[in-house]
Amino acid sequence: MSQLVFIVFQDNDDSRYLAEAVMDDNPHAEIQHQPAMIRIQAEKRLVMNRETMEEKLGRDWDVQEMLVNVISIGGNVDEDDDHFILEWK
Amino acid sequence: MAVQNKKLNLKDKYQYLTRDMGWEPTYQKKEDIFPHEDFEGIKITDWSQWEDPFRLTMDSYWKYQAEKEKKLYAIFDAFAQNNGHQNISDARYVNALKLFLGGVSPLEHGAYQGYAKAGRQFSGTGARVACQMQSIDELRHSQTQQHAMSHYNKHFNGLHDAAHMHDRVWFLSVPKSFFDDARTAGPFEFLTAISFSFEYVLTNLLFVPFMSGAAYNGDMATVTFGFSAQSDEARHMTLGLEVIKFILEQHEDNVPIVQRWIDKWFWRGFRLLSLVSMMMDYMLPNKVMSWSEAWEVYYEQNGGALFKDLERYGIRPPKYQDVANDAKHHLSHQLWTTFYQYSHATNFHTWVPEKEEMDWMSEKYPDTFDKYYRPRYEYLAKEAAAGRRFYNNTLPQLCQVCQVPNLFTEMGAPTKLSHRQLVHEGERYHFCSEACCDIFKHEPEKYVQAWLPVHQIYQGNCEGEDVETVVQKYYHINIGEDNFEYLGSPDHKRWMSIKGEKPADENQDAA
Repeated sequence: MSQLVFIVFQDNDDSRYLAEAVMDDNPHAEIQHQPAMIRIQAEKRLVMNRETMEEKLGRDWDVQEMLVNVISIGGNVDEDDDHFILEWK
Repeated sequence: MAVQNKKLNLKDKYQYLTRDMGWEPTYQKKEDIFPHEDFEGIKITDWSQWEDPFRLTMDSYWKYQAEKEKKLYAIFDAFAQNNGHQNISDARYVNALKLFLGGVSPLEHGAYQGYAKAGRQFSGTGARVACQMQSIDELRHSQTQQHAMSHYNKHFNGLHDAAHMHDRVWFLSVPKSFFDDARTAGPFEFLTAISFSFEYVLTNLLFVPFMSGAAYNGDMATVTFGFSAQSDEARHMTLGLEVIKFILEQHEDNVPIVQRWIDKWFWRGFRLLSLVSMMMDYMLPNKVMSWSEAWEVYYEQNGGALFKDLERYGIRPPKYQDVANDAKHHLSHQLWTTFYQYSHATNFHTWVPEKEEMDWMSEKYPDTFDKYYRPRYEYLAKEAAAGRRFYNNTLPQLCQVCQVPNLFTEMGAPTKLSHRQLVHEGERYHFCSEACCDIFKHEPEKYVQAWLPVHQIYQGNCEGEDVETVVQKYYHINIGEDNFEYLGSPDHKRWMSIKGEKPADENQDAA
């Protein structure tokens, strides 16, 4: 059986960079645009890297900044200073 | 000598936050300080195993929450200043907000109280901090929702007394009794009920597709509070999943207890969300996603992945999930046809869906809508056109556990009413389903005390014997303004006037 993890962002300026970074780092992920929100799902695992985001934004970025824009998640969370990971092991 | 000023990383910061907040008591017994920790039978051997994956410290918490509030209130101001209510898709939509304000916002307030109470009862510091943050979040949700909807209260009926109605109105006893049930349980059951079953497994259905629908119907204020609240939910959901894993890892004796709670609270939540099914399919004039599609994505797919993950602990999917999955083809239609009949006793309006809406439902519910539900609406529309708009003047029989009227049908038999009954200590009790009956059997002492609105009316505890008196005096529903059919209602007339289609009786929106 397929086991999808997912993350949903508000569709706003910050999230467009977030979504781009997630799609760069997770080529197996699928992105869905729905009214006012962006939903990304992937089999088993999704990674968000601070480094990729900082490159996209051209400034320092704290992983916890995404708390302002995230609407929902599915999967076990592993967060530290460099990444935010969602996964089913 | 060079001073090293190394920044602490997230893990260290979180360690420091919780480090000195727990200590071994010396002059009081631990069980006297945390009297609720043991009585549910849950065994915790090592609280230090508690992990909060977000590792949010108080300084970051206040910083990010403040940022969310600033963004949110800027939008509320803009919405109010620009008469945002005039830009929604249709005034029928506002009826979903009336249900939300009476049914959901008070639950947020209940969650604020519930987490404050549960947090006090845990001897583990990580759990206490997580409960404290969530408690503050929930208070924020309750407040921001009331602020957002206060603007609608200036222009539409039925939003004037939500807190009062929540405690009294028949259909609002469904959400109220759900939360009272959770809050009167022990702290571990409360977390399993709300953090896990409700927040992690089910609330996505309300706060994600419904809020996306609010946006699609032009309601900037609601989608913004919805998503702002939901940005806290990402943390709450994570807590929900961690709580379950933590309890299960602590002791194998916890597994059957938790499984029973999951069975119970999945079902309780599913019954509560039947109200949301109707909000999505019937109360959003611009449709985004059907209830059945949302159920597939947010329960069958995500819940499936989740319960597969929990298999390793000996946890199986909720006992009655097959019944819930089957019901996705019927739920919203059965609810709406019931509310349609009882519109004289609600603070919101109902209506027969328009032709395009029914066609959308035929497409989304190809196996059920045309066969079972369209003919009912065609009949009701014909009656209304002949001046006999149908209202049911008999009070419904309520389920002793979920308190929803007995309106659901059997799995695989959509014309057969689902009904169970049993006699307990000489009294007969009625249930909407096997699942609710099971819940009762396990804790009859709790559910015999249920405050069932229909029983209370018949016992004369609601300021009158006839429906009109109860509705007006006991519920504070203004007859002829808040209730009855949408077409021709004051809300409808006001909306026509806003849209320049017909002058309204009152001119309060002219500015």
